[in-house]
Amino acid sequence: MTTKLFGAPVQRREDPRLVTGNGRYLDDLGQGALAAAFVRSPFAHARILDIDVTAAIEIPGVVAIYTHEDLDGRTGERLPLLIPHPSLTNPMTAYCLAREVVKHVGEAVVMVVATDRYVAEDACERIKVDYEQLPVVVGLEASRAAGKLVHAEAPGNVSAHMVQEVGDTAAAIAAAPHRMTLSLQIERSASMPMEGKGVYARWDSAEQSIRMYSSTQTSTGVRAAVAAKLGMALVKVECIAPDVGGGFGVKILHPWPEEVLIPWAARRLDAEVKWVEDRREHFISSAHERAQLQDVEVGFDDVGRVLGLSVTFWHDNGAYTPYGIIVPIITSTQLLGPYKLGAYRVEFFSMYTNTVMVTPYRGAGRPQGVYAMERTMDAIADYLGLDRTDVRSANFIQVADMPYDHGLLFQDGRPLIYDSGDFPASLAKLKALVGWDDFSAYRAKAELAGRKVGLGIGCYVEGTGVGPYEGGHIQIETSGRVNVSTGLTSQGQGHQTVFAQIVADELGVPIDDVFVTTGDTRRFAYAVGTFASRAAVMSGNAIALAARNVREKALRIAGEALEVDPGDLEIVDGIVRVKGDYESSIALATVAVLSNPLRYAFDESAKAATQFVGTGNADLSRPPVAEGDEPGLEGKDYYSPPRATFANGMHAAIVETDPETAEITILRYCVVHDCGRMINPMIVEGQVHGGVAQGVGGALYERMVYDEAGQLLNASFMDFLMPYATEVPHIETDHLETPSPLNPLGIKGAGEAGTIPVSAVIASAIEDAEGFPITSMPISPDELWNLRRQHAEGIIPDLRRGSRSVGTTTETAQTAPPAPTNPPAPTAPIV
Amino acid sequence: MGEMTQRDLTQSDLTQAEAEPLLEITLRVNGVMHSASAPARRLLSDFLRHDLRLTGTHVGCEHGVCGACTVLMDGTPMRSCLMFAVTAQDHEITTVEGLAGSVDGTGPLAMSPVQQAFIECHGLQCGFCTPGFLTTITAYLHENSEPTEAEAREAISGNLCRCTGYQNIVRSVLRAAEISRERGVGA
Repeated sequence: MTTKLFGAPVQRREDPRLVTGNGRYLDDLGQGALAAAFVRSPFAHARILDIDVTAAIEIPGVVAIYTHEDLDGRTGERLPLLIPHPSLTNPMTAYCLAREVVKHVGEAVVMVVATDRYVAEDACERIKVDYEQLPVVVGLEASRAAGKLVHAEAPGNVSAHMVQEVGDTAAAIAAAPHRMTLSLQIERSASMPMEGKGVYARWDSAEQSIRMYSSTQTSTGVRAAVAAKLGMALVKVECIAPDVGGGFGVKILHPWPEEVLIPWAARRLDAEVKWVEDRREHFISSAHERAQLQDVEVGFDDVGRVLGLSVTFWHDNGAYTPYGIIVPIITSTQLLGPYKLGAYRVEFFSMYTNTVMVTPYRGAGRPQGVYAMERTMDAIADYLGLDRTDVRSANFIQVADMPYDHGLLFQDGRPLIYDSGDFPASLAKLKALVGWDDFSAYRAKAELAGRKVGLGIGCYVEGTGVGPYEGGHIQIETSGRVNVSTGLTSQGQGHQTVFAQIVADELGVPIDDVFVTTGDTRRFAYAVGTFASRAAVMSGNAIALAARNVREKALRIAGEALEVDPGDLEIVDGIVRVKGDYESSIALATVAVLSNPLRYAFDESAKAATQFVGTGNADLSRPPVAEGDEPGLEGKDYYSPPRATFANGMHAAIVETDPETAEITILRYCVVHDCGRMINPMIVEGQVHGGVAQGVGGALYERMVYDEAGQLLNASFMDFLMPYATEVPHIETDHLETPSPLNPLGIKGAGEAGTIPVSAVIASAIEDAEGFPITSMPISPDELWNLRRQHAEGIIPDLRRGSRSVGTTTETAQTAPPAPTNPPAPTAPIV
Repeated sequence: MGEMTQRDLTQSDLTQAEAEPLLEITLRVNGVMHSASAPARRLLSDFLRHDLRLTGTHVGCEHGVCGACTVLMDGTPMRSCLMFAVTAQDHEITTVEGLAGSVDGTGPLAMSPVQQAFIECHGLQCGFCTPGFLTTITAYLHENSEPTEAEAREAISGNLCRCTGYQNIVRSVLRAAEISRERGVGA
């Protein structure tokens, strides 16, 4: 038998191309194309009074200059609201080019097309736009104060207000033996892929069609949106995602203004046009995520069981809401983590600000939800003087509870039902990995040496593989080459490898014969996209099902050729053979020849399928292609799950905080991860590493610093601090494989997992090191230094430190007065 | 908003468009002389990518921070987005396209030890930052052929990667050193 590839750390098939400089990213294409550049708003909120392009027109090489007035048909209308929701009562989307007003710094106002990007940017510099500045709303506090409005259409700056509740939460909290409140904050970060966005479009005037390339996470989505905007038949628009230099969520939004404008200009100019986002553009005109204010009220019993949890949060959605309220919905549902609560109420307000809009960034609302829940778990442990893991254990959903229905609706509009997971087992692995029970001894030793160290923990559950569907198509050529295609896109996840592993196993062919194409609407036109850790689950299963169809057909044709029952056949290394009789065999390549009855032999092997060959055996009363059959050895299938599958994980970190400088160093970072059956553990580990690194960035370094005028002050890699190798700890991992019962391969998504709990874990560890509550993330050394000062002045209370000596100090805590960990939350000033 | 601002040009306008003065720039890249006309302000990164069509060198930030555009100039890592093509004329440039087969001579497509190590250790995901790491590490291993893990991490600390968390890139550095020793050649 062939070695099974599913589950093996197969080296990536993408890599030889990528390490030799032979990748084909967006800006590597269209070398002769005209180049576009944009004049973008320098103000966060302003009325456009006049646009003077006179000085720009004179520049040699300028081909066209467009403002909103030039946009014809539906290109002049607002961009689509991609995900409407009944709670999103005041949705707002932008225009491709600003019409009359701008709502954030960076909004596109004028597009210049020129022979060269340098010339296009020269022209942008010479275009004069007169603005009348309008009042600016920056930050959630200002937004919910609603003294100024971002959109007149959205009273109180509220785009959406939503409540979900299971049980009678107020009553459960009121009746609980213990109660506390927390007020929490988390700031903005962003996906920040190394390659920004980019669009390249070719108009074919003879065919009246467009072929466009976009650095996108959904080529089918872009295609449909562009066809709609340009008033073209879908069949006349092709969209291809070439090699994409990272996405992390920001490229799932579509159509970006440029994705409409570039093909529009290409058609109008009858030319090839390309736009490649520069880094500053990416900062000020793409999307950010994360910022929330959270008020938590919790009632719990003596062992830390949560009897009632009520969370109200305010989510900063920036200036527009084209992606709907997916991020806050995810926060509100995934907040629950691995826990079974007595009653739960969540209420959120999605708020407008005059800043770059908010769309999903790796984790997509989960880091905030996990942060709220895990800060709460730590606070309960501290209050009761219990070990933090014991409080979590007391609340865990047990294996016997699976599938577990939370009674809420998830981000896909379907019930929030966990399919599988073994949380006690995951926690046991994590405690062993990090040495949880030995930490107090380690800390004691460190303290003797004058060092401050802390241990933190965070648990999460991640809904992955949301629908509605993905598909897979497999075609075996007469050479034996196996072509696989699926519509969703790739941004470095190794799809060409993992999907080939699946097909090689299912079909019984060498992996070197399998060639995977993703994100090309010419090859597969039905797809949703790559987000929500869904590619392996959705396309992986669809491709497996398609492979099973192809295998069945291959066995049937081979059975006829070998005159044996297909059930007696197997396929090994691309050869169909009778089990136990290896002499009786036929190559899959030959089966492909036979699958397509021919009149014309195009090569030597094709002769076998022509009409005068083999007629001795043929039943001449039957048509060459039987009823219900199709020529060709190919097959297609779709995977559409009833609901998401839920992966989970638990992280722990040991940090050291410098007693003098408050510098924060992560000494150890441990991950236990359960994404069901792993197709390729090497790739899963890579996803975890990268996710944790982004989480570390979000916990300690990255934030979007807006001033009160709405200027993004750190819109460059010099000032927005993404972690280098020296900032990311070595990550220790262990895996649990709890298969999903929902899909044929038993897999769950892994893409976002690493990022999700990191802010919670680091906050937990710093709090443990410092002895006072950490309620705002990210945290920098100077912020920690200031917290220490406030703590010394008595402004910030001590932790009760009941949890400090692991599992032994319940008595200590009981002697201290019961007090809320944090000051009570302010009453929400929402109108 | 005032006058019609659009100016659609005809094809003849396109070809007649006169840009700024062009210079004939000649560079020695990966051992081969290349010439192309470009304005004096053309960045080396753009010249390599768009004039010489060597698109393996990538541009991630345009201000010298991310390191994706790193090429070797006379063997030393250099941010090609921070220098003009004209100033590179007297130097020997090596890009990612010049790493394969450049060392051990076992064939034109033989991966260099660093490239091979990245494949073995899963040192890349989206691959966009990778060329800058490959060139940087190649130069580093010439200076220090037996780095420790800490030294390997320090060696790559001037390049940004958003996918890998660097752990497998650190492993790749160590593995590349090992492959070099196995092959008995430099990186």
